[in-house]
Amino acid sequence: MNSDHVGLLTVRIWRGREEGRFETYRVPARANQTVLDVVTEVQRAQEPALAYRFACRVGVCGSCAMTVNGRPRWTCRTHVARVRDEGTLTIEPLRNMPRIKDLACDLAPFFEKWQKAGGRHVATASRRDPLQKIDPQSKPRLAASAAIECINCAVCYSACDVVAWSADYLGPAALNRAWTLVNDARHGARGETLNRAFADGGCTSCHSQGNCTRHCPVELSPSESIAGLKRSALFGAPRLEEPA
Amino acid sequence: MERRFFLLQRLSALVLAPLVLVHLMLILYAVRDGLTADEILGRTQGSVAWALFYGLFVVATAVHAPLGLRNILREWTGLGDKAAAGLAAAFALVLLLLGLRAVVAVVG
Repeated sequence: MNSDHVGLLTVRIWRGREEGRFETYRVPARANQTVLDVVTEVQRAQEPALAYRFACRVGVCGSCAMTVNGRPRWTCRTHVARVRDEGTLTIEPLRNMPRIKDLACDLAPFFEKWQKAGGRHVATASRRDPLQKIDPQSKPRLAASAAIECINCAVCYSACDVVAWSADYLGPAALNRAWTLVNDARHGARGETLNRAFADGGCTSCHSQGNCTRHCPVELSPSESIAGLKRSALFGAPRLEEPA
Repeated sequence: MERRFFLLQRLSALVLAPLVLVHLMLILYAVRDGLTADEILGRTQGSVAWALFYGLFVVATAVHAPLGLRNILREWTGLGDKAAAGLAAAFALVLLLLGLRAVVAVVG
């Protein structure tokens, strides 16, 4: 934070809870800074009471997602230069979740829906059993692998309009998780997970608008996972193939 | 239940797609040379094929449309799930009765 900056950046940050206001700050604009850098700079130099959440700062933990200039983003991997709107940044908490303070949301409802969607892995073997053989090129495994790198950041949940108008909807992340389990030979409750994904507020509520896929920072496609669940309506969970 | 409704709506759409196409082509064909109502009825009355065609059409419509209506009511109005389901079921009954009555009139 020395003299490497090139002018000033205007930042509007949400202060308060559901009721609140935007406060405007000016921070040094740097050639290479992320949105999380900006929030940290405001907190350290100007507003010590500013609440926000982060942990790893390298796009692994999924803690730092916020709404930046109207779109949900992972702030630690979002460069200011890519998103600033005529030199201004507007930073709010994520949508579709209760606000705690300033930029921090309560993610409890988001994770409760993971459970509701049958997202808990049920083991079929113990550590004393031999490792289960799974063909990495089998169709179900490829489907699971394509969807499995979710970092639980809730960006998709915040981007989803169906979540915004229907509090019961499980949302893209939970259904994406359900789809990985439905395709996982090691999961002991594939049928149960599929049933839960089809319960009220489940995959049939999805309108296939694709905001989740558009915004997913790790470029997963929850839309595709939900489509996979819907395709399972007729014939049930995908048939597992025995390893060759 | 949601899974069954979802499936029924898709399957009924699958049935309706070709039926609607034939129905539209039939309208174009019937009005092209100015067939009168009497002439049309003369060709349809007593026809088992048209009775089956439009009977299936009506049943598929009475399944498909109310399921969509139920979703719209649930998403866009403050109605509860039960009220939306009740209204949709009533709509299904109306479609079925009016539709079957029309089929009987055309082929009976």
